[in-house]
Amino acid sequence: MKIVVCIKQVPDTTEIKINPLTGTLIRDGVPSIMNPDDKCGLEVALTLKDKYGAHVTVITMGPPQADDVLREALAMGADEAVLLTDRKFAGADTLATSNALASALRKMEWNLIVTGRQAIDGDTAQVGPQIAEHLDIPQISYAEEVSYDGDKTFKVKRQTEEGYQILEADSPLLVTVITSGNKPRYMSVKGIVEAVEKEVHTLGAADINADESKLGLKGSPTKVHKAFSKGVKSAGEQFEVEPEEAVGIIISKLKEKFII
Amino acid sequence: MNFELSKRQSLFRQMIREFADKEIKPIAAEIDENERFPLESVEKMAGLGIMGIPVPAKYGGAGGDNIMYSIAVEELSRVCGTTGVIVSAHTSLCVAPILEQGTEEQKIKYLPRLCSGEWVGAFGLTEPNAGTDASAQQTTAVEDGDDYILNGTKIFITNAGYAHVYIIFAMTDKSIGVKGISTFIVEKDTPGFTIGKKELKLGIRGSATCELIFENCRIPKKNLLGKVGGGFSIAMKTLDGGRIGIAAQALGIAQGAIDETIKYTKERKQFGKSISYFQNTQFQMADLYTKIEASRLLVRSAAFKKDSGVSYSCDAAMAKLFASECAMEVTTKAVQFHGGYGYTREYPVERMMRDAKITEIYEGTSEVQRMVIAAKMFK
Repeated sequence: MKIVVCIKQVPDTTEIKINPLTGTLIRDGVPSIMNPDDKCGLEVALTLKDKYGAHVTVITMGPPQADDVLREALAMGADEAVLLTDRKFAGADTLATSNALASALRKMEWNLIVTGRQAIDGDTAQVGPQIAEHLDIPQISYAEEVSYDGDKTFKVKRQTEEGYQILEADSPLLVTVITSGNKPRYMSVKGIVEAVEKEVHTLGAADINADESKLGLKGSPTKVHKAFSKGVKSAGEQFEVEPEEAVGIIISKLKEKFII
Repeated sequence: MNFELSKRQSLFRQMIREFADKEIKPIAAEIDENERFPLESVEKMAGLGIMGIPVPAKYGGAGGDNIMYSIAVEELSRVCGTTGVIVSAHTSLCVAPILEQGTEEQKIKYLPRLCSGEWVGAFGLTEPNAGTDASAQQTTAVEDGDDYILNGTKIFITNAGYAHVYIIFAMTDKSIGVKGISTFIVEKDTPGFTIGKKELKLGIRGSATCELIFENCRIPKKNLLGKVGGGFSIAMKTLDGGRIGIAAQALGIAQGAIDETIKYTKERKQFGKSISYFQNTQFQMADLYTKIEASRLLVRSAAFKKDSGVSYSCDAAMAKLFASECAMEVTTKAVQFHGGYGYTREYPVERMMRDAKITEIYEGTSEVQRMVIAAKMFK
């Protein structure tokens, strides 16, 4: 079985600050990490590898520094890494990103593609599903667990607003993974030592036969008009009381504000 | 000259830092309180290759270097001094002498199982009457056919009881003093070898520190480590490496204490503002922060020299002397900055202060480090 996991390097948003004047992210000094959903996606792939045997390739599109998250993935247990990097990819929205990734994936062999549900910097949850559409393969989103019958069928437990669905689909298939299903493994020391010695395959726009009009800023129909941060609200009051008492507190607070 | 970590060293620091915060920090107060050896942590660390970092892959190690090893001990000790010393004693005092002095047969037998964490390692040099004067060994090893017969007592042995492999020093020829000391690899459950009383300690309370008793304990000659009479030299070389580990432990404890104090002084308000705004806080903390960074440079420099294969004995002594005294100063002041809260177990700084003290004592007291440094200066 061959699995490709799409990962993204993102700023660690738990440490991010917003410039109050411009409303833009202050990226200076903010550490970059592997997107948490993608890390759980990699864990799904590595668990399948442990159980059934598989060749796991990780791919990312980004600047040359994105090499760091690929090395991290190799140190966790991925077998191969691909970096899509080219000035022509810069400024891509989700559509242009998925176009580039799908073009690269067309040149690779796989039975299963795994992506994270969404990235913590953009929060769109679009790239995974778009890749599946470009490649014209079935997709199962919001997956917590993936198992394999050893032949060609995957069984996926997916989260919905009401509960869970258990779905089956044959390969080729794309799943997008959420963080609640697993705890990603740590890199091992041996994995780290080996990961820095491994070759990361670097591909540019010309290597993936992509339609250049669909890449980067040129291929991005989404335009950002304005970015702003929400006004800061006070922390509010918290009460830890029994439900009966809570009802009384809520009613009195609503009355205080003349809402009821 | 380059002060940056290599790619593998910085990836490793990212991993061990996350591991320490998520797996070790949450139980640090509990294992201290209950004086409990954290076997589950050893198992987790073993699974990631942390019990054999600077050992070549052919002996089951991770194939890393001593800078990575010192980063591991630093980051673990930043959240838990006990866990730091478990790894340090295992790696520096048991794995390293077998790797550096062992026969191929000994390396193949012991290293894979020590690196995989199946076996934990320990080191027995100290005796009731042989502390700083390690040459005054009273434990004896008498040749008898294909064996040596050990008799004597070792004290203050880290990892004792939980370790499977012990590096033990004993007199094979008392008449020639230090040249009559030899080293043996002793396995747990060898008849005649028992674990004595467990010490109740001020700090690193999760670490097991016990007495080892040898009563007509028969050790096969193939378990002699190095040459007959080469024991004192092995002990000194091993302790040189061990000092990098303990210096890293002290560095980690100091870093942990300063991190806690930065957080606390920002939150704690007196006279209408955070105490971090007061110049007294800022100036004292700036001095401590500088000393911690100086400790780090000394530790990394000693580890770098060990990796480079050049003499590092004096560097390790300076790193341990400076880092351990820095740790004691930082943790004591951290408690002071926390005021009354710092004296309680609600905050981790009192534990860090208790843990820091031992770093000035074991694997050579601060006085011994000064002797080592002065010996090089005035030779």
